[in-house]
Formats: sequence, structure tokens, C-alpha cells
Amino acid sequence: MSVEAAKLIGAGLAVIGLAGVGVGIGNVFSAFITAVARNPAAQATVFPFTMLGFALVEAIALFALLIAFLILFG
Amino acid sequence: MASPLKQFEIKSIVPIEVGGIDVSFTNSSLFMVIVITAITLFLVLGMRKGALVPGRWQSMAELSYEFIAGLVRDNIGQEGRAYFPFVFSLFMFILFCNTIGLVPYSFTVTSHIIVTFALAVLVFLGVTVVAIVKHKMKFFSYFLPKGTPLYMAPLLIPIEILSYLARPVTLSLRLFANMMAGHTMLKVFAGFVVALGYFGFAPMVVLIPLYLLELIVALLQAFVFTILTCLYLHDAIHLH
Repeated sequence: MSVEAAKLIGAGLAVIGLAGVGVGIGNVFSAFITAVARNPAAQATVFPFTMLGFALVEAIALFALLIAFLILFG
Repeated sequence: MASPLKQFEIKSIVPIEVGGIDVSFTNSSLFMVIVITAITLFLVLGMRKGALVPGRWQSMAELSYEFIAGLVRDNIGQEGRAYFPFVFSLFMFILFCNTIGLVPYSFTVTSHIIVTFALAVLVFLGVTVVAIVKHKMKFFSYFLPKGTPLYMAPLLIPIEILSYLARPVTLSLRLFANMMAGHTMLKVFAGFVVALGYFGFAPMVVLIPLYLLELIVALLQAFVFTILTCLYLHDAIHLH
């Protein structure tokens, strides 16, 4: 198998991890919506943590993407 | 079509060489100077009037101060007030770097891993030094959380140490990857707009919300870097 083909397959495999990230982001915002639906007054308190959680989960997505690019172009 | 990665090229404006090392004034340095000037003008001119009932600029300057002061107070507590100047400078620098980079034809300082790595290592070393100076040898009790059974310690301590050492890596990588990926995506879509000629309005319709998303990401990443710094400082001062 040529190196080029192996690189493409490797990059494709590396982005499978983004499935978990999709679930994670959905989880974070689902928890936020449920919390605000039960107690609308808590929105201002909970919102910064929601944003923090979203950014942390998105970071994992970017790590997976980084590995994919390193395999593809490294 | 030009490569979307060409926007991250570093071009030297004033070549300076010291003992064989290239320390020239580059476009990255130029934009760092622009960012610092913008922050200084924003805060100094905003507070120029100093009225009791703030006008618009003064409101914005006071809002940014209050936002970070609240963050430091909520996440570090009373001892955290000593670290407020550092956290405030960090937040304003990253925020202005990210947003000034969104202006067309400009350069995003934080889209280079060396810049974000320098900031993250600064935070990591600073937090570790604060913790060691405050707790001396008890600092190493940080790696064994209270109440864990002793048989789990040999497994848990290496994992805790590894996750502690991963902090500067994840901190820098998060900011760098967000900035670089976002700007590359914008450039690729902009390339589509030009390449399609008369049908170029179709990618344009996607490009405008994408720009809004990038603005939100720029603000969010500055906020996340700052709040993580505050949380690490809280860990260092209170040892969990």
C-alpha cells in the first residue's frame, strides 16, 4: 500500500473521534436547556459554565482534527 | 487558487539580527503593537471623563473591568485579587488579538502555536510557582485527592501528574486550533465566492453567518483561556 493511500486512510480514521464530540456538545446544551427550563432564574448563573463546557468539548474536536492533519500533511 | 494557509505567513518588516539569531520586527510583532495600542487607547480614553454616570466608552471600559473582577472573585476568592492585573491583561490581550485578526487583510497573532504556547507556559509556570511558594512541600499532596483508598494511589498519582502536565499543552492547543481552523475555513469559503463568479452569492450567504460564528469563537476562546487560568490559580491557592 502506498504511503499516500495509508495517509488518507489514517486521516479518515482519525476523525471518527468527532462522533464523541458531537454527543458531548449535545449533552452540555441539553443539560443547560433542562436546567433553565426547570429554573429560569438560574440562567445567568449557569450560562458561563455552559460556555466553558462547550469550549472544553470543542477542544477535543480540534485535537482529533489536529491529529488528522498531522497524519495527512506531516 | 491561492493556498488558504498563506494568511499565516510571517513576513519580516524590519530585519534585525542579534548574534546570529533572527529577531526582526515581523508582521506578527506589528500586530502585537497594534493590539497593545488599541487596548491602551480603549481603557485610557474610555476613562478620560471619569463621570459618576458613565457615558458609552466609559461603560464599556468599566464593563470589561467588572467582568474580569467578578470572574476572579468568583473563581479564586479574596486572595485572588493580587492576580487580577495579570488575568485582566491576559484576557484583554487575547480578546483584542482574536478580534483584530478578524479584520480582512490583517494578521491574527494568536493563530501561531508559539504565541499561544508562550502564554500557556507563562500561566502554567506562574501557577506552579504560586502553588509551591504557598504550600512548599505540601504541594505534592495535590496529586492524591482526599479520600482515595491507598491501593488506588499507584494508579491514580501518575494519571494526575500527567493530566497536570497536559495543562499548558491543552490550553495553548485549544486557542491555536480554534483560531487557525476558523480563519482557514473563512479563507476557503472566500475562495469559493471568487471562484464561482456570478454564482458567488451562494457561498457568500454561508460566509456571513460563518463570520459571526468566528466572532463568537474569538470572544469565547478569550473567555475560556481566562476562566481556566482562574480555575488553575484556585487549585494552586486552595490545593483543590
